[in-house]
Amino acid sequence: MKDAGEDAVVADGLRKRYGGTRALDGFDLRVPEGTVCGLLGPNGAGKTTAVRILSTLLRPDGGRAEVAGLDVARQTRQVRYRIGLLGQHAAVDEILTGRQNLEMFGRLFHLDGRSARRRADELLRQFGLADAAGKPPKQYSGGMRRRLDLAASLILAPQVLFLDEPTTGLDPRNRGEVWESIRTLAAAGTTVLLTTQHLDEADRLADQIAVMDHGRVIAEGTPDRLKSKVGGDRIDLVVRDAAALPAAAELIARVCGAEAETEPELRRISAPVRDRMSVLTEVVRALSDAEITAEDIALRRPTLDEVFLRLTGHRTDEEAAA
Amino acid sequence: MKTTTPAVLGTPPTPVPPATPLSLARWAVLDGWTIARRDLMHWVREPTRILGTLIFPIVFVVLFGYVFGSAMSVPGEGAYREFLMPGMFAQTMMFGIGTTMTAVIADTAAGVTDRFRSMPMAPSAVLTGRSLADIVNSVIDVAILVACGYVVGWRPHGGVAATLAAVGLLLLLRFACVWIGIYLGLVIPSVEASGAVWGLLFPFTMIANTFVAPSQMPNWLGVLAEWNPLSSTVAATRELFGNPGLEEGSWIAGHPVLMAVVWPSVLVVLFFLLSMRRYRRLSR
Repeated sequence: MKDAGEDAVVADGLRKRYGGTRALDGFDLRVPEGTVCGLLGPNGAGKTTAVRILSTLLRPDGGRAEVAGLDVARQTRQVRYRIGLLGQHAAVDEILTGRQNLEMFGRLFHLDGRSARRRADELLRQFGLADAAGKPPKQYSGGMRRRLDLAASLILAPQVLFLDEPTTGLDPRNRGEVWESIRTLAAAGTTVLLTTQHLDEADRLADQIAVMDHGRVIAEGTPDRLKSKVGGDRIDLVVRDAAALPAAAELIARVCGAEAETEPELRRISAPVRDRMSVLTEVVRALSDAEITAEDIALRRPTLDEVFLRLTGHRTDEEAAA
Repeated sequence: MKTTTPAVLGTPPTPVPPATPLSLARWAVLDGWTIARRDLMHWVREPTRILGTLIFPIVFVVLFGYVFGSAMSVPGEGAYREFLMPGMFAQTMMFGIGTTMTAVIADTAAGVTDRFRSMPMAPSAVLTGRSLADIVNSVIDVAILVACGYVVGWRPHGGVAATLAAVGLLLLLRFACVWIGIYLGLVIPSVEASGAVWGLLFPFTMIANTFVAPSQMPNWLGVLAEWNPLSSTVAATRELFGNPGLEEGSWIAGHPVLMAVVWPSVLVVLFFLLSMRRYRRLSR
């Protein structure tokens, strides 16, 4: 086994094609053991395909992948003893009780009946489901179902946990619950690979973010590095009078020290900022000095679209070259 | 390989992965049983589900036996309901295609199939377990239908052996339908699409000798009805139960018991192989 204890997930040039579409087109990734990696990208970027290949559900057309030091294509069964998978929906039986669910999955992980029962009880306690153990998941809240789903993935305490958009469809409170569980697991040493469409989610959870577009990783790094690359937070300014746009754009550019983007039809100017608070005060002061009336000023995180524009330069070629 | 376990995960057990062909085979059987038990527990936890799937055939018995039955005449002598019941039994077995298909599609849609596939369990167990559970359920279905038959005045007139043989043929037909249902469930992409497929399949549960003699249908339809596997089982069970049957016309109508064994057996083998292939190809 080469480099044991180094990278828990290794993907080298993975390719997968559906008909004419290249879902994965030279996908490379390395996730060091015990870290959380966020796979960020829009719908159709290939995130799910990548996770399905790494979790043994799909065979790649080309390239190779290792999980927990084992070849995914050749040592499939051994890999399956060492991974947990959470898909986009809580994949639990709706009619069996929570406990019966975990016992069934335990048996399918080839535990004997007694160990499966003991483990089910332990996990139900761990995930705060002991009181709901005798009820079927269809009576659970969204967050409870997700926790049961997570518990089922952790029966063998997998070395690598794959999460495909784990908070899709959850309300903010339940989302927070799931994030908390993922953080706890990661802190305890489980390697986590999660996909998300939200920069915010990747930012909160991941040690390392890989941005995907058209079936490959186009940018990689810590959340901080990535954010500085795409300009971190942004300021949005809407002016009352469209005639003031050029003057306001120049002002914003000067204060932020970066090029401002103007959207004349919305009378809006947008620019990346480094220091949120000082920029805000300076902009307000400069606006009143220049006697420009603002309708709205807001600081916000860049959207996935903006990250993409920055990284791929889909909008302007100059930006891509910069 | 890392051996320490995070405290937060408690004390996970370490299973012994099967290494020899014998232990692999043993786990394939055990995994299949675990999957089957899951489905059987559904029926234990929600017994009303059994009634749900049987409402249709029971309504049919009342509708055809009492409403239309008065206008229908059976070749030879004998009550229409005596003639009808074996048809109802066999038709319910055919309706099982829908039950199995829906369950398979629901598992795929909920991600449960993917979870099973990402686990170290025997891949065949997902399908064999399902077929085992559905056939056990069907025994309960047959028992309830036979009880209904008794209520409306139907009786088996053959010996114990012939009666059991008839029940066996019904379950054999159901077993074929289980595998047809599994295959369709794996092929059909969504629950919505399954409704359309069932709409196309439904006529085949009707174009048979269940309600009227195929000889009374237009020629082409009559041939189709006679060669419908359902017709062979219906005719065979009528014979074995000692209920009134139809005049034998063609060769296929003249060999109902033989064909009630051959038809479903061929379908079981065919759809078992197709389903297994399809399941393996889920990873493509």
